[in-house]
Amino acid sequence: MIHFILIQNRQGKTRLSKWYTPYEDVEKRKLSHEIHKIVNSRETKFTNFVEFRTHRIVYRRYAGLFFSVCVDPTDNELFCLEAIHLFVEVLDAYFGNVCELDLVFNFYKVYAIIDEVFLAGELMEPSKHVILQRMEFLDNLP
Amino acid sequence: MSSKLRDLIKTVRSCKTAAEERSQIAKESALIRTAMKEEDLESRQRNVAKLLYIHMLGYPTQFGQMECLKLIVSPSYADKRIGYLGLMLLLDEKQEVLLLATNCIRGDIMNSNQFIVGVSLCAFGNICSTAMARDISPEIEKVISHSNPYIRKKAALCAIRVLRKVPDLTENYIPKIKALLSERNHAVILTALTLIIEICEMDSTQIIHFKKMVPQLVRILKSLTSSGYLPEHDIGGVTDPFLQVKILRLLRILGQNDPEASDAMNDILAQVSTNTDSTKNVGNAILYECVQTIMTIESENGLKVMAINILGRFLLNRDNNIRYVALNTLSRVVNTDIQAVQRHRNTIVECLKDPDVSIRCRALDLIYSLVTESNIRVLVRELLNFLLIADAQFKSELVAKLCIVTEKYAPNKRWQIDTILRVMSIAGNFIPDEVPSNLIQLISSTPELSSYAVQKLYLALKQDITQQPLTQVGLWCIGEYGDLLVADKSQLPKDEDGLSLNVSEQAVIDIIDLIFRHATTTQATRQYSLTSLAKLSSRFSQSSLQRIKTMIDNYKQNINLELQQRACEYSTLFDFDKKASILDRMPPIEKQEESPHIGNKNIPTQTPPQQHYQQQQQQPQQQSSQFGSILDGLDSPTQSSANSGNNNNNNNKQGGNAMSLLEDIFGSAPTPTSNGNMNNNNNMNNMNNNMNNNYAMGGMGMNNNNNNSMGGMMNNNNNNNNNNNNNNNNNKSQASALLDIMGDLQLTPTPQQPQSQSQQALSPTNQTSVLQPVPQPLTFLVYQKHGLNISYECSKPQPNNLSLTNINMVITNTGSSPITNFSLQAAVPKYLKIQLLAPSSTVIPPNNSGEVTQVSKVLNSQQGQKPILLRLKLDFQINGQPFSDVPDTPLPSLF
Repeated sequence: MIHFILIQNRQGKTRLSKWYTPYEDVEKRKLSHEIHKIVNSRETKFTNFVEFRTHRIVYRRYAGLFFSVCVDPTDNELFCLEAIHLFVEVLDAYFGNVCELDLVFNFYKVYAIIDEVFLAGELMEPSKHVILQRMEFLDNLP
Repeated sequence: MSSKLRDLIKTVRSCKTAAEERSQIAKESALIRTAMKEEDLESRQRNVAKLLYIHMLGYPTQFGQMECLKLIVSPSYADKRIGYLGLMLLLDEKQEVLLLATNCIRGDIMNSNQFIVGVSLCAFGNICSTAMARDISPEIEKVISHSNPYIRKKAALCAIRVLRKVPDLTENYIPKIKALLSERNHAVILTALTLIIEICEMDSTQIIHFKKMVPQLVRILKSLTSSGYLPEHDIGGVTDPFLQVKILRLLRILGQNDPEASDAMNDILAQVSTNTDSTKNVGNAILYECVQTIMTIESENGLKVMAINILGRFLLNRDNNIRYVALNTLSRVVNTDIQAVQRHRNTIVECLKDPDVSIRCRALDLIYSLVTESNIRVLVRELLNFLLIADAQFKSELVAKLCIVTEKYAPNKRWQIDTILRVMSIAGNFIPDEVPSNLIQLISSTPELSSYAVQKLYLALKQDITQQPLTQVGLWCIGEYGDLLVADKSQLPKDEDGLSLNVSEQAVIDIIDLIFRHATTTQATRQYSLTSLAKLSSRFSQSSLQRIKTMIDNYKQNINLELQQRACEYSTLFDFDKKASILDRMPPIEKQEESPHIGNKNIPTQTPPQQHYQQQQQQPQQQSSQFGSILDGLDSPTQSSANSGNNNNNNNKQGGNAMSLLEDIFGSAPTPTSNGNMNNNNNMNNMNNNMNNNYAMGGMGMNNNNNNSMGGMMNNNNNNNNNNNNNNNNNKSQASALLDIMGDLQLTPTPQQPQSQSQQALSPTNQTSVLQPVPQPLTFLVYQKHGLNISYECSKPQPNNLSLTNINMVITNTGSSPITNFSLQAAVPKYLKIQLLAPSSTVIPPNNSGEVTQVSKVLNSQQGQKPILLRLKLDFQINGQPFSDVPDTPLPSLF
């Protein structure tokens, strides 16, 4: 199960965070900070997996943004990596060559997309097509 | 009317300083609050959106929570959408406000508008609390069979959330899940599989309900692998890898320990593992899952070989991610098929050199489990190489594991000594506390290697004296085997220079001198050095003696009490003819069992020089029957005199002369509580023996604190002890010369002892009453667990001094197996002082067939105001299984 999803830039600013496990606000800030420190210091050819406390962080860097998810150690890491990629592809297709600013100004849309991809810490929709169709439909609602 | 969200974001982004940003946010928050107060419906949606942005920046937004609730009750979808988003961001399951949303969410889930159902399910799935899960579960059960797949998939995942919160509801969902699997919609199948996996993982007894699904799952998987290109579900040329992975994972759960189900899966697993394209991440994700499934279920051997081969390929992959998962899988299967994993040993060892810490971590984990007698030399060499370059974060764990595997699988003792020495010289400051003393024990119990070890250590010290544990072991060995070091040169490196290295006595003393003066040397190491020197004085020739004396004399004024005291003792010892046997070589140290005394565990490695003495003291004890009479005569019930008796033993060996001298001394200085304590004498002597053992085994940890007070106490006793005054006078003149030495050589009793004793010594009038029998002690049962019963027999030995309480702890065992290795330690609040003697035995016979007693005395400085409160620390074993407990055992108040 995914415990949280973080989108952070290289400077450590959290652009988006989604928590499926309840943490206190202080703890959330601490986690974001620690995770940024860990993933930012890793070289590109390193694995996309880091053991973190009792969990595992699966992260992937796209341009200046780190997409990190925290999962149970029993989860399939490659599966998580692929799920991150699916999410990013959806973002890319939705915004059309997505950049950091898109996420800043349209954060509520990004949340909507996350909610179409993941729910309750699990992957919900594996098809990029379906998600994009759905988003388009929702945007056109009154 | 406030500005747009976009404008707010722009303004905040253009702020140059944090202060400016704060003031902008404060201004905006104030505007939003005003708008909320005015119930401005028009801008409510926008205000909540802005609040969410402010929240993301980390500013307080609690005042907006109610606004979200207002939005979700609005009938409009647009309002609900932003309202639920706000709910998910601003609240979590721990907040009570959330309960207010329960009814609204319930209503929305049953709404006829699928979009409203969608957002409400989404909010429910992400943040619902236990109470809410219970309340809304009936609605989820209904919509899980909704006609719209978009809602079914959400409901299936919401069901997971419900079951995570309230596992008892599982039964309600099982009948509904089966229908979900016959869907064509991949998302619904995926979420249904996730739900099944979750149920099975939460409660393995539920697996039985899903066994029948195996053929269906196999069919779905087969159609996925054999179907052609499906644009809707294609990812990197593989049809819906997510679904494939989930199916494989569920098959793993269903096939585990079930040969029949496993048999049904064999074909498809073989198909997946041969046909999946392994050039891309998606394919590897499937293969990874497939291999895990094959290794877990009761699959055919051929399939297992294939799986291991896939892992072997993974290990050689250039992509670090793939190597990582391979290592991860191998460590999972290492228990089922160690041979297969051994085949990849070299590759795994290579992974230790990887720059990526994640890979190194996995590889290390795996290597520990691969070590066997046959390959330990190779693997430990690799691990040692890795230790050289390892980060600090790895070192302590690595060193600990290295020591463990070395101890467990060492082919011979020489190799073991070599390896531990190497570990210590590479990462000495990371080694666990017990390693140096274990090594000393190993060296001392292998006399044939002592010469070898001391030479090795000498060489190691020549190279590096900054690793404290290594230096300490080195010093101990040099002290112990200094003569061998000088005499035997067989191990010193001839072949390197072609010359045999010459170790002179001077060179050995030089190195000790260097250690003394080195800046990184700790005080504990200096203590080792002093003792080492003292021992060398009897091993080296007369010519070196003068130098040793001068070096020791230098420490007589040292600011460190321990060093100063040792230096004084040793230099006095030099003037004493009979020192030789005190400094004799120690008998082999027995492997320490768990000692019941506190001091042992806390500071086990600090002061083996003292251990040395303790051991020497222990040795003659075997012949102590002869001394029973002395001890009886000396009448020594307390620990300090126990030590005295012990020392008698020690010195007696040297002949009657010294013995009579010592007898006089100790005759003159018994402890005050011993006066006329004849009744208990035999009992006490037993106890003394116990104690001597305990102390000799490992009581040395306590010494640092107490030597001084002990020395003082002996004098104190000397003066205060009325009853023995006559004796004292007779012997004082002889005694005084030796008293200091012996007082300090006898290492001390428990920390509490001196205090309580001097306390008693100061009130000599009471001493006679110590022995008055107390007619009926009060008994309290204070502890009862695991068959172990402890009761306190409390008595007030001195009618005119109620602050003193004798507690006789009676320990019995109602269980059917004996309790072994029993140890009882006690701690008290500051206002109490406790003196705790050793238990009469460490084994408590079963079925109440015998009792163990342990005597303690408690002095309550606030008698009448505060109660006696003991915290016990119990350690014991039943059938070899260790138990420990820390109960509080208060006595009835003001007893």
